[in-house]
Amino acid sequence: MKFLLVDDSRTMRNIWKKVVSSIAGTEVFEAGDGLEGLKQITENGPFDVMLVDWNMPNMDGLTMVTKVRETDKKSIIIMCTTEAEKPRIIEAIKAGVNNYVVKPFTPDTLLTKIDDTLKKAGVGQPA
Amino acid sequence: MTTETVQINPTIIKAFVHSTKNVLSTMANTQCTIGKPYLKEKNTSHYDVSGIVGFTGEIIGSVVISFTSEMAIKLVEQFTGENYTADSDYFADAVGELSNMIAGNAKSEFGLTAGISIPSVIIGTNHSVARMSDVPCVVIPCETPYGKMAVEVNVKCVG
Ligand SMILES: [Mg+2]
Repeated sequence: MKFLLVDDSRTMRNIWKKVVSSIAGTEVFEAGDGLEGLKQITENGPFDVMLVDWNMPNMDGLTMVTKVRETDKKSIIIMCTTEAEKPRIIEAIKAGVNNYVVKPFTPDTLLTKIDDTLKKAGVGQPA
Repeated sequence: MTTETVQINPTIIKAFVHSTKNVLSTMANTQCTIGKPYLKEKNTSHYDVSGIVGFTGEIIGSVVISFTSEMAIKLVEQFTGENYTADSDYFADAVGELSNMIAGNAKSEFGLTAGISIPSVIIGTNHSVARMSDVPCVVIPCETPYGKMAVEVNVKCVG
């Protein structure tokens, strides 16, 4: 399974990378903002799962998700962000995210979220 | 100071107390004890390492999360599992992301429509951080097993 991790904090990406790598047979790509994320999709995509932060420089996560969904309805997108207000979550769902995790979260929470989202989407179960 | 400027919204201070505790315990397995908040006069930061996040929308201003360098190094180690020195880019990134989470998490409790900026990190003894002068700066002192930190809230509601 191919993962794309998009967050402006490399600390966060490293933490997510550890979590995602614990799922068997994963290939992991990274991007530091929405623009880099789109570039990764062009160069190395499509991805099965994308974890996308909201607040990032150059292009935020919501804009990136909106752009991705113009052509790709299939990839699983999980927004991982400090944005926790209901209107924000609704905005993200309207933009096309499959699931939403509010920072701060533990590695276990993220793993469960990925697992649940894959199951709901009918994609093979991870570890 | 006029009566208007010393009015501090308790909901906002409480939100920062909650978010600080939540972020430290969830991301760095660190418990913190919160002291009594007080008003700050000077522009100099409390400690050597500061993470700064701005607010826009119905609330404007900033929050500065200031740590002693010893404490920040320990906290970053708890957060990342790595022992970075204060001059490492990874160290600044980790402090920035902790600050981002504290600010963002607090924001969700304000009950206002607001956005947060990308965090900035300043490292150095006695650095100063410019603030809005017409708004009081409330300091929330925090004590952890690794040392002291302060959450300095300088915001006003405009919504
Ligand atoms: Mg971010």
